[in-house]
Amino acid sequence: MSNTREILLGPIFTNNPIALQILGVCSALAVTSSLNVTIVMCIALTVVTAFSNFFIALIRNHVPGSIRIIVQMIIIASLVIVVDQVLKAYAYEVSKQLSVFVGLIITNCIVMGRAEAFAMQNPPIPSFFDGIGNGLGYSIVLLFVATVRELTGSGSLFGFEILPLVTNGGWYYSNGLMLLPPSAFFVIGGFIWLLRNAKVDQVEAAEYKLASHTK
Amino acid sequence: MSNLKDSVSRTVLVALVLCVVCSVIVSAAAVMLRDKQQANAINEKKMNILAAAGIEVIDGNLDAAFATITPKLVDMRTGLFSSAEDVATYDMRKAAKDPSRARALTGEQDIASIRKQSLYSTVYLVEGDQGIERIILPIHGYGLWSTLYGFIALESDLNTVSGLGFYEHAETPGLGGEVDNAKWKALWPGKKVYADGSYEPVIGLIKGKAPAGDMHKVDGLAGATLTSNGVTNLVKFWLGKNGFSPFLAKLKVGEA
Repeated sequence: MSNTREILLGPIFTNNPIALQILGVCSALAVTSSLNVTIVMCIALTVVTAFSNFFIALIRNHVPGSIRIIVQMIIIASLVIVVDQVLKAYAYEVSKQLSVFVGLIITNCIVMGRAEAFAMQNPPIPSFFDGIGNGLGYSIVLLFVATVRELTGSGSLFGFEILPLVTNGGWYYSNGLMLLPPSAFFVIGGFIWLLRNAKVDQVEAAEYKLASHTK
Repeated sequence: MSNLKDSVSRTVLVALVLCVVCSVIVSAAAVMLRDKQQANAINEKKMNILAAAGIEVIDGNLDAAFATITPKLVDMRTGLFSSAEDVATYDMRKAAKDPSRARALTGEQDIASIRKQSLYSTVYLVEGDQGIERIILPIHGYGLWSTLYGFIALESDLNTVSGLGFYEHAETPGLGGEVDNAKWKALWPGKKVYADGSYEPVIGLIKGKAPAGDMHKVDGLAGATLTSNGVTNLVKFWLGKNGFSPFLAKLKVGEA
């Protein structure tokens, strides 16, 4: 049981796919300007990762090595299309804002990475939990980034005004940079810095040392 | 065992079975959810039209709110109502891409940078006991990064704006994206499109704040000069002589 717990909760802080493995950053930049959109994206990615892991683990002993990546891609792509269709039917507004990024879950490194690294070697149930865990690890970073970006960029959280904007008669000048994708780099960088301050073992050894400037 | 698993026939079999299973699942999802998706798209369009017209939706009942609205087709060449296409299925954007159903605009005419204009436009009449209460016109044109699609609604005098809204654009969030700001949109109602007796649109955005009491000018979007220019151009185009002004002139004297 403790094993399942580790598989499920490990990826959240100790082995976070974005902060430690630096995977799946692309969508973290694109869909984090408002929390509503981010939450739907997190749920979509978690569902896809969990089920793709589950199905891939289920047939892992029957997949010929030569086409295993293609098999993984087909399963992931099918799941993503189903998720996209469901969103279009039941969360139309959000799916319009997510636009191509739902489709791009197919190429999200986390999904493929977990399929190849975990699901191909493990039975379906642990694989399923591994997918959920990595989805949660992805979600926690995205939610952190989206909270910072939406609050400083639009002065709101979940669309509710927290800091009244000057344009609406308040006092807060919104920071337009925070609504543009590059700001997510800074925020993710900040998150990684905070995390590695708390968990020093995640700090990587320096690849080179600066030579001293003078003799 | 591993030999058997990696044989060519086995590989083909696995690929085949997997593809069939996956395609059945994907097609099933697409077919089962299609009605709901189409209903969403239609509802969204109705919501945009209602929002531009400033009609409130009571209890989320779209159809009731839409009952007073009649879509009609206008021939952009003559400015007359037309029934050349089926108004229920007519799609201006598709028509604009089809050379036989659109006209190319010269550089001089094309102030909104749309290049091709469909021959027919769908307009929406809000009818009450006294005849036409409001008319909702589709507008679109280029801003800074993207084409803005929206609606402008006019009062029964066919000159006073009663609302304006864009439902699709990709302008810079916080700058040009402020075209969605409710406060800015609230500046439009009451403005006049044309000076008295003319059909040359004079409405538009100006840099900074419009002087109090100005009938034709709306505040520009701060920090978004190019989007502001784009909005001015597209409003002027669609209410000008290549847009709806011939139609509005004829409708005014009851000849449309």
